[in-house]
Amino acid sequence: MEICDLTALEISRRLRSREISALEVLESCLARVRQVDGQPGSLDSGAGDNEDARKVHAFITLMEDAACSQALALDKELATGGDPGPLAGIPITVKDIFCVRDTPSTAASRILSSFHAPYSATPVERMLKAGAVLLGKVNLDEFTYGSSSESSAFQPSPRNPWDPSRVPGGSSGGSAASVAAGEAYLSLGTDTAGSIRQPAAFCGVVGMKPTYGRVSRYGLIAFGSSLDCPGPLARSAADAALMMNAIAGVDARDATSANVPVPDYLAALQGRIEGMRIGLSPDYFQITFPDAESGAYNQQALPAEMEAAVLRAAEIYRGMGAQIIPDVPLPNTRYGIPAYFVISRVEAASNLHRYDGVKYGYRTPQPVSELKELYRRSRAEGFGLQPKLRILMGMYVSAAQYSEQYYHRALRVRTLIRGDFEEAFDPHGKYRLDALLTPTTPSTAFPMGDVYGDSVLMQYADQLTVPANHAGIPGISFPGGIAADGLPLGIQLLGPDFSEDILLRLAHAYEQASADADWRAVRPKVLKEA
Amino acid sequence: MPNHEEQITPQVFEHLVDLAALDLDEEEAEYLRRELNNQLSAIRELETIQLPDDLTSAAHGVPYPSERRQALRPDRHEPFGGSAEILALAPQLDEGCVIVPEIPHTTLE
Repeated sequence: MEICDLTALEISRRLRSREISALEVLESCLARVRQVDGQPGSLDSGAGDNEDARKVHAFITLMEDAACSQALALDKELATGGDPGPLAGIPITVKDIFCVRDTPSTAASRILSSFHAPYSATPVERMLKAGAVLLGKVNLDEFTYGSSSESSAFQPSPRNPWDPSRVPGGSSGGSAASVAAGEAYLSLGTDTAGSIRQPAAFCGVVGMKPTYGRVSRYGLIAFGSSLDCPGPLARSAADAALMMNAIAGVDARDATSANVPVPDYLAALQGRIEGMRIGLSPDYFQITFPDAESGAYNQQALPAEMEAAVLRAAEIYRGMGAQIIPDVPLPNTRYGIPAYFVISRVEAASNLHRYDGVKYGYRTPQPVSELKELYRRSRAEGFGLQPKLRILMGMYVSAAQYSEQYYHRALRVRTLIRGDFEEAFDPHGKYRLDALLTPTTPSTAFPMGDVYGDSVLMQYADQLTVPANHAGIPGISFPGGIAADGLPLGIQLLGPDFSEDILLRLAHAYEQASADADWRAVRPKVLKEA
Repeated sequence: MPNHEEQITPQVFEHLVDLAALDLDEEEAEYLRRELNNQLSAIRELETIQLPDDLTSAAHGVPYPSERRQALRPDRHEPFGGSAEILALAPQLDEGCVIVPEIPHTTLE
């Protein structure tokens, strides 16, 4: 196994015992990037040629020189007996929705293509302070608007390492792909409707959406301010725990970050499973799909192999002494996407007003006669279709004559969705769950180009993840097998507020119990062909 | 996706585009208006839900009781030294002022 294919924890152990150097670790990752990634995404480059169609294209900005300097400095500190931190020497990628000082911080949009951030986001700062080596900024859906990463203005967009003809998921597609392809051990992503968990499921890695407020949003270019959650993508639950230890915690620069103590997530991995109550809900075993021809919304059963993967996990937990509680009702799950169409768009429209060509970012080079014309041209030329779509919908459903019918109604439906989880997790209630076990996605990764352009069908890819964003609760997706089409299947655990330690423990336990499963030996296609 | 009722008519759409400060070409406008109406057909499902009269709105899912909220910072001036660096990001700057085109004036009667 190559160095770049090990886990972050193993690398950390080998670095501290001086078996390898930070520079060797970095060089292994860089060699992998050269092998599988192809050209980074850029403006106006087009979708790429046949060779590009076999590569991963996770990156927008590869920071090789800076990463080498960091690695050399860390090796020097380690050699003199210093302790550069728990992430010392571990190459990471950061979704290019986070500001990182003096680097292009583009949100995968032309409107920020020239923006070099004057400060760094808190979670990035914390990872760097813990000694992580920043390998680069990775690609995503433009402003995180999408579930496939195809909408990026920086093309070629990322591809799934398991099958490069498929999407990596989104919007944290570059994050998931870079971890799955062995280019980086950890990646910092964001989850607004499932944008960490869904690409993690599609790419066969672990992805966690923390509780809203668990990780600071300072320096995160905002999409939905009541929904956005920064979080880890990693190769194992233990690696995700290692990263959570670094990034979680209150931040005076983010008023919505919660003043809640941070447990030691790594230590919590070893806690008890016996006696835990893990729920299964029939509302997560059926999926809704809009019918392209009739316009109707049809409910159908989850694909059988996805249901089987979840039920296998339930049996594994039962074998560890957990109680499996069936038939937990979450009847408002089905309203997650309709409510999300409203709430997220209102917040997106508000958050995108600031991009006006005046203070920073793209300004139209066309001659204009007055300020409003500057706004219109800069925004028209700077934004892609997906941001424009969200702005327009946000304006509509928040307009005075419609806001009661749409926006205020959606906020009340959000209360219902939250109420479903409160009832399931109530320690004095009927179900008293520690966690809810569900599939992560309604399908495996779909082919590039198959869904993009149909904004409703694309959004329904998030139907099993978005309720957690409405409710603010944490969720984790971890690999649960390989489907008949050769693509990874994700399993999801959802938990009460600030129960990330429990979810990581359960995911870790499942990994340990299935460590010898045949499917764990299967490798992504780009690695077989490299 | 067929639109059984087009709620966002071309006139409504044009008004939204004006509010959003966008300029769209015909192809973009057609795609966006169609997708907006498709999305509204999904959103309409919200109208079928019976909402109790006393059901309150949730601005976000997680509650913020006082012990979870951060204290306000002291009301004390803390100078920020990075203004020049931030202003340097402006597309057009002159002696610390951001240059923009003429701002339309309206004569009030």
